[in-house]
Amino acid sequence: MVQQRTNETPASKRASTIDPVDVAQFSALSEHWWDEAGPFAPLHRFTPVRMGFIRDCLQDLPRAPATEVDRSRPLAGLRVLDIGCGGGLLSEPMTRLGADVVGVDASGENIEAACAHADGVGLSIDYRHTSAETLAEASEQFDAVVASEVIEHVADLDAFTAALSDLLRPGGGLLTTTLNRTLRSLILGKFAAEYVFRWVPAGTHDWRKFVNPAELTETLSRHGFQVSEETGISYDPMTGEFRLTKDDAVNYALFAIRI
Amino acid sequence: MSSSGFTSELRADVAIVGGGLSGLTMAHALAVGGISVAVVDREDPVRAAQADFDGRTTALARACQRMYEALGFWDMMEAAACPILDIRVSDGGSRLFLHYDHEDVGDGPMGFIVENSAIREALMDKLGDRGITHVAPANVAAVVADQGGVSVDLSDGRQIRAMLAIGADGKFSPTREAAGIRSTRLGYGQSAVVCNVAHELPHNNVAHERFLPSGPLALLPLNGGCSSVVWSERDAVARALADMDEQTFNSELTHRFGDTLGALSLVGRRWCYPLSMSHAERYVGDRLALIADAAHAIHPIAGQGLNLGLRDIAVLAELLIEARGLGLDLGSAGLLQRYQRARRFDVTTMVASMDLLTRLFSNDVPALRAARRLGLGAVQRMPRLKKLFMRHAMGTLGELPSLLRGERPGTG
Repeated sequence: MVQQRTNETPASKRASTIDPVDVAQFSALSEHWWDEAGPFAPLHRFTPVRMGFIRDCLQDLPRAPATEVDRSRPLAGLRVLDIGCGGGLLSEPMTRLGADVVGVDASGENIEAACAHADGVGLSIDYRHTSAETLAEASEQFDAVVASEVIEHVADLDAFTAALSDLLRPGGGLLTTTLNRTLRSLILGKFAAEYVFRWVPAGTHDWRKFVNPAELTETLSRHGFQVSEETGISYDPMTGEFRLTKDDAVNYALFAIRI
Repeated sequence: MSSSGFTSELRADVAIVGGGLSGLTMAHALAVGGISVAVVDREDPVRAAQADFDGRTTALARACQRMYEALGFWDMMEAAACPILDIRVSDGGSRLFLHYDHEDVGDGPMGFIVENSAIREALMDKLGDRGITHVAPANVAAVVADQGGVSVDLSDGRQIRAMLAIGADGKFSPTREAAGIRSTRLGYGQSAVVCNVAHELPHNNVAHERFLPSGPLALLPLNGGCSSVVWSERDAVARALADMDEQTFNSELTHRFGDTLGALSLVGRRWCYPLSMSHAERYVGDRLALIADAAHAIHPIAGQGLNLGLRDIAVLAELLIEARGLGLDLGSAGLLQRYQRARRFDVTTMVASMDLLTRLFSNDVPALRAARRLGLGAVQRMPRLKKLFMRHAMGTLGELPSLLRGERPGTG
């Protein structure tokens, strides 16, 4: 198994959109990424629903006509950037579905954990310790970018969106999932999750950095995106699972096409 | 027929240990959902195909028959399957009986009696078409899970690497034992004599279940006019019945069963299977799921053994195919917990009621006799309760996974 692994410094001529406080927070927990009962348990529970949305949106993207797409590899032929990949919770399933994934994270510890895990499960994934801005400067191009549970941790949303726009070829898709900025997301997404249920470590989220769908749509359109899918995601306490709903007051997902 | 020609290491999404009816059905249920599968069977496939390998028959509940239909096997099994139109349950000396007529629930036969050998033949026939790797005869030396996957090490040095191992290796499951999963076992001190018989009068597609003091006696209708006998007796008596000369056996059986079908006479050989109940404390381990008899073996009193296993298969296949469709790790602890939650309650109920039935009927205490007669009579007089029992027996009660509704997962 050949693991590609580069350790570029996230420094670039563009202003960095990385928030060092958030990066340190995640780095400290990097060894726990794949512990389903550990600090990232809610993200594991969140993975089936976001992977369903990712698959359904990405599999309709245009790709090279010669690509052989079968039922078990619906993302074959797509070059996908998983920005803020953490331990690779989405990079791995996207790779199994046939995508050619580049996983990027601002935390070197996260990238190390992701590489080690992919090695263990026998998946070949191109993980890099770098940033969206650095990749954009290197003129990398992708068919799709996935930024899941990332934009609420980004220091400068406008600059970050600009970089993602540069990274996508025209017709490519950007998929984001994030937390809305509502009273309910403050109560459920932050206080309940961090302090009551202790699903995620206290201080994981800064509610003031949450972005509502209207703001995100507006930012995206300024950078050449057109939103094509929008959905709420809710936690069902009866089944203990997340599912897609019309209710976007806490979690939501957007899929936008780069015009 | 099947490919087992790998030299050192084989990769598959799922490795199934055990190539009996459950293991093979599991393999097909996963393969049609796009999951790559390897099945390890310690039996030599040539030997297993021989007529005297397995004399048992299975009462396939309607839901399970629909499952085989969805998996593309019913065409092959139908010729060998005898529809059950009526089930008559009676107590030893009494004429009171519970009478389940398919017209009471109004949707075709209640189930089908199929010889295990016919099910096996159909399942083996399509292994190659479905791309299932069948490794047999081969013994498993160890099943070792780590963070990245699970290795099934064969005693000949070869290895299968997968995301999940499924233990389908029967009541005494070495896979379960090796994983340190304890199992409660109850011996009944009973064995079942299994054979086919011809009878003077036609069976008219009626299944008979007689509760005798020493154990239940079932006559299940077969295609071609014969019936399959499952006769539970105390171990020593069962062994004697299996060994005694044919004429004595015929008259003993006819005497026990009564004159409903006229004189009964043996066709072919007799088998003797010891009966016991077992129930695993957990159905899952690290990258391991137990199915069918490896998780739970019940008394064959109501012919529910394989049906219960097929329900495990339908539930597990649906979860795994859904996870595969999302690119998820098929051995994740969360997925295995969902399987266990979905199955253990259903099975616990069945295990407890079968055990109770066996204990209730396998005795001759006068008070209990009176109680069970009242019970059978009472059920007979309460049509709604009876319908509920019938639907349970047909396996069409409750919320069903797609295979049991006759659909393939992920296509509905």
